Amino acid sequence: MGGRAKLFIPLFLFVGLALFLFRGLSLDPNAMPSALIDHPMPEFSLPMLGSAQTLTQDTIKGKVAFLNVWATWCYSCRVEHPYLQYLADEGVPIYGVNYKDEDAAALEWLKNLGDPYRANIVDREGTLGLDLGVYGAPETYLVDRDGIIRYRHVGIVDERVWSTILQPLYLELSALDTNAGATN
Amino acid sequence: MIPVIRVFLLLLLFYSGTSQAVIETYEFSSGELEVRYRQMSQELRCPKCQNQNIADSNAPIAQDLRKLLHEQLEAGATDAQIQQFMVSRYGEFVLYRPRFSGATRILWLAPILLLLCAGVVVFMSLRRRDNSALEPDKLSEQEQQRLRELLDENEDRS
Repeated sequence: MGGRAKLFIPLFLFVGLALFLFRGLSLDPNAMPSALIDHPMPEFSLPMLGSAQTLTQDTIKGKVAFLNVWATWCYSCRVEHPYLQYLADEGVPIYGVNYKDEDAAALEWLKNLGDPYRANIVDREGTLGLDLGVYGAPETYLVDRDGIIRYRHVGIVDERVWSTILQPLYLELSALDTNAGATN
Repeated sequence: MIPVIRVFLLLLLFYSGTSQAVIETYEFSSGELEVRYRQMSQELRCPKCQNQNIADSNAPIAQDLRKLLHEQLEAGATDAQIQQFMVSRYGEFVLYRPRFSGATRILWLAPILLLLCAGVVVFMSLRRRDNSALEPDKLSEQEQQRLRELLDENEDRS
């Protein structure tokens, strides 16, 4: 290597470092991919909120759907609720996991604020939450028609999250769904 | 009366809220389990508050995981089984001491590789220095001629 070329080494080092650091600016250190992405829903058998029925992992199979982990003690869930209601009114299937909550309080909440859920799984002890790797409500899982978890969003689902992340994934999976339905 | 209130207010200043932090205690059937509980709870990261282990964190999820750790230890699970249980739910992330596999390989190997690189650089620059020391700059015939001339000139002047 000539002496001239050597002079550029610090520049190259700097550019390399700058690229790494620049990338770091747009990374969210709290974002954790779920360990269950592309894995089937964990098996469970839990009561349905406000009913004597028992729900299992098969309940949410058959159609691309969202699974929303919520609780009445969770303030962010209250903030998120109206948007879930809007999505449900648009025909998006959403199932609820009532996470470590009181049934009475949960039913009261749904009566007062509206019920965007197809059904609610009562997870009083947090066992399903544990198997899902939930670490705080609200969390929203996208589950395909075979019951495979495709995406996990931690935090509030709002207009921005929906239109930039969840809706594209949802439409993509739903399109696969209808194609598969046509060929069957 | 007023001095009493003053003293009370003064004492209130020293009241600390830290004593309120309650971390539950567990009964263990053997001392060995308790030691393992303490070790493992310090090496499992709380998924919610990401810079604390589950032993230090008061987050609800950390409480749940401590309870689970206690149950599994009492049920006779090995450390590896418990780690696998946690990783399959929360990802490799929950281990403060990551296992040697897949994506964590680079974490384990990077220090060794960097050390090797540094060693090569040091070795090469040392060797170059040695070589140049062994061969002192020899003056060519012409240069020696000129040197002699300059020295002679100097002598003439003095």
